[in-house]
Amino acid sequence: MRRVNRQALFGAALLGFFVILAIIAPLIAPYNPDEIVESQTLAPSLSHLFGTDDLGRDLFSRALHGARISLTVGFVAVLISVLIGTLFGAVSGYYGGFLDSVIMRFVDVMLAFPSIFLILAIQSMLTPNIYNVMAVIGLTSWMGVARLVRGEFLRIRELQYVEAARAIGCSDPRIIFRHILPNAQSPIIVAATLGMAGAILTESALSFLGLGVQPPMASWGNMLMDSQAYLFDAPWMSIIPGLLILLTVLSLYFVGEGLREKLNVRG
Amino acid sequence: MLEVRNLSVVYPDVTAVEGVGLTVASGESLGVVGESGSGKSTLALAIMRLIQPPGRVVSGEVIFDGRDLLKLPEPEMVKVRGARISMIFQDPFTSLNPVFTVGEQIAETIRLHQGMNRVDAWAGAVRMLETVHIKEAAKRAHDYPHQFSGGMRQRVMIAMALACRPEILIADEPTTALDATIQAEVVRLLREVQAEFNLGIIYITHSFDIIKALCRRVIVINKGRVVEAGETEKILSEPAQNYTKKLINSLRELHAAH
Amino acid sequence: MRKYLFRRLLQLVPLLIGISLISFFVMHLAPGDPTALFIDPNVKPEELARVRANWGLDQPIYVQYFLWLKNACLLDFGRSYTTGQPVINEIGQRLPVTLLLMAPSFLLTLLITIPLGVISAVRKGSWFDNAVTFLSFAGMAIPTFWLGLMLMLLFSVKLHWFPAVGNIILPLITMTIGSLAGLTRYQRASMLEVLNQDFIRTARAKGLPERVVIFKHALRNALIPTVTILGLTLPDLFGGAFIIETIFAWPGMGRLGVQSIFQRDYPIIMGIVMISALLIIIGNLLADIGYALVDPRIRYEKSK
Repeated sequence: MRRVNRQALFGAALLGFFVILAIIAPLIAPYNPDEIVESQTLAPSLSHLFGTDDLGRDLFSRALHGARISLTVGFVAVLISVLIGTLFGAVSGYYGGFLDSVIMRFVDVMLAFPSIFLILAIQSMLTPNIYNVMAVIGLTSWMGVARLVRGEFLRIRELQYVEAARAIGCSDPRIIFRHILPNAQSPIIVAATLGMAGAILTESALSFLGLGVQPPMASWGNMLMDSQAYLFDAPWMSIIPGLLILLTVLSLYFVGEGLREKLNVRG
Repeated sequence: MLEVRNLSVVYPDVTAVEGVGLTVASGESLGVVGESGSGKSTLALAIMRLIQPPGRVVSGEVIFDGRDLLKLPEPEMVKVRGARISMIFQDPFTSLNPVFTVGEQIAETIRLHQGMNRVDAWAGAVRMLETVHIKEAAKRAHDYPHQFSGGMRQRVMIAMALACRPEILIADEPTTALDATIQAEVVRLLREVQAEFNLGIIYITHSFDIIKALCRRVIVINKGRVVEAGETEKILSEPAQNYTKKLINSLRELHAAH
Repeated sequence: MRKYLFRRLLQLVPLLIGISLISFFVMHLAPGDPTALFIDPNVKPEELARVRANWGLDQPIYVQYFLWLKNACLLDFGRSYTTGQPVINEIGQRLPVTLLLMAPSFLLTLLITIPLGVISAVRKGSWFDNAVTFLSFAGMAIPTFWLGLMLMLLFSVKLHWFPAVGNIILPLITMTIGSLAGLTRYQRASMLEVLNQDFIRTARAKGLPERVVIFKHALRNALIPTVTILGLTLPDLFGGAFIIETIFAWPGMGRLGVQSIFQRDYPIIMGIVMISALLIIIGNLLADIGYALVDPRIRYEKSK
């Protein structure tokens, strides 16, 4: 119990710190993130906290701006996946029957793909830009939420107050959105937190392979894209963005676990 | 035969059992009555030395066969549990391991404590199932717990507990989870095996109902302490404590309601 | 049991059709006409029309789908745009190389995760448990490709223990750590749940030594959900292979897939999507059967 709380507090603090940095990035970034300001691959120093990259751009400024992109992509992608998952799950769980079977078989199909490759394949056929990244990650990661929401709906649907709402003639959408959904929000919040962690990881992998956020726009993932060639000469180019991803995802996991405990969500 | 003196068990935020003493002899039944949460199950687990952390026995002695069980090294205690002092539990639906056949679960105890080979231990298990009146015992020994009804499972539990002919049986609310008619059968079975094995029984329950039928002596527990002890009949007719009266009355009200 | 198996096999049919539909749909997201990609634009229109007819591209889309499905059922996914070889041959050559990496990683994961999860649960709250819990979180939070880079940096660049590419050790470690973390958390949780069950108390009350209580009575039950979760982690394992093989230049199906994506070699991409989905489904089916085998409650219910 206590350990989970400590972790959650640590996670929330770290996450909050990153979010604030991302918001005020343009104010505190010492350099223009896309501008060549120094010689190439300079090691971290006082004037360039994280060093410079292979083009001579300031990595600290790029990391700050990258935080905006990575966090935004993660947030929007998870928003999309939660919306789709909730809609499918709610319809499936509330109406049951044929609709439920169809939706759940669709979920099974989607779960059978190695999602990262499906995303890569789709990305390769679209123009890889930040909007497509958000959309594709969202469209391929809603299945867990759908199953979860369906389970909650199956459970809550049978409760007496829902029966009562139906008895006084509430419409289906009203029952779904006003009576059932608010009672299913705790597990959705937990899943969204953990889902955002997953989305940030996926974005970083996509961008690392060059199929995500496109240069010169900086994301933590695409900062790593070029770093492999400089692993020997400029290891900081690889170490720092990866650590930032790790810490952000870790803090989201800690917050998610804390919420799970706090909101009393099983799983 | 078994004597508990001044036993106390604490958990981080509560003293579950405080200075409890009791004795039970071979062939005798002692009732332990109290509301749920009064510490009676903790008492039973403490006698078996099965209190799990963060719970802790902080004082007392459990004298059995001239030795203090609380001071025995664990390898010695393991030879007492299930062999000389056995225990059955409240919920027969969850107290048997779902992935092993009932025959295996009984035979395992026999192999462990009596060093028998697999074939003999299995035969022993089947005999025990017969003792507790499971029909077609030889066949049913190959079945899994989920294939038995609640009452049958409690019989299996009793067979398992008695497989090594223990001297003491601690029964922790063994009929609470069962239907009323099944309850009576289990109690009848307990009386039968008590006579057959000359068993000392500690019968833990929240109601005087079964105590009346089974136990000559009773102790009443409230908030971890013994508040009253003596002959069952006497306590039933002249309860000294309001708490005891309440327990007896709740029984009467229940009967009146029926 | 046989009836159960038959029913499960039957359920695969709509699943496979769904997968093929999505694959086909994705393939047709590709902008333009596949012929435009590698046929000389100066070729005569009648010649182009002949090729299009040859490939069935002049047919309505649903006819194209059934044509593709018919061929896919015979494991014919067409020919690679880049090498001209049949897709199934290209994949057939690369798949064993991927399995050479995945199989030992899978075994290694099992061998490590089960004891780790069990000990962590048994010693809940100890420094060991805290360390395992923290490391599992870290392991789940670490981007796989970055872990690979860091291992390369440490073991190839700094220590010169292994070459960065062409050696199985580093990709194996990367892949194993990737799947280890989540599974260990799961194993710990399921063991903790089992240890709280009444039948564990019964086992102790029978006088079984703690070793037997944990490794026989508790573990047998705690492994039941593990079997399912192993099936569910298969997609992640395949997903990991794409990235890990790319970083370490491991010449398996994953690297082929990523290369094909960059070369827009759609027949190969679709073939790999279909084959991995098929393997994942088979894996899940095996997990379900395993589940029925280890849990007598399911076994009996299903045989009825």
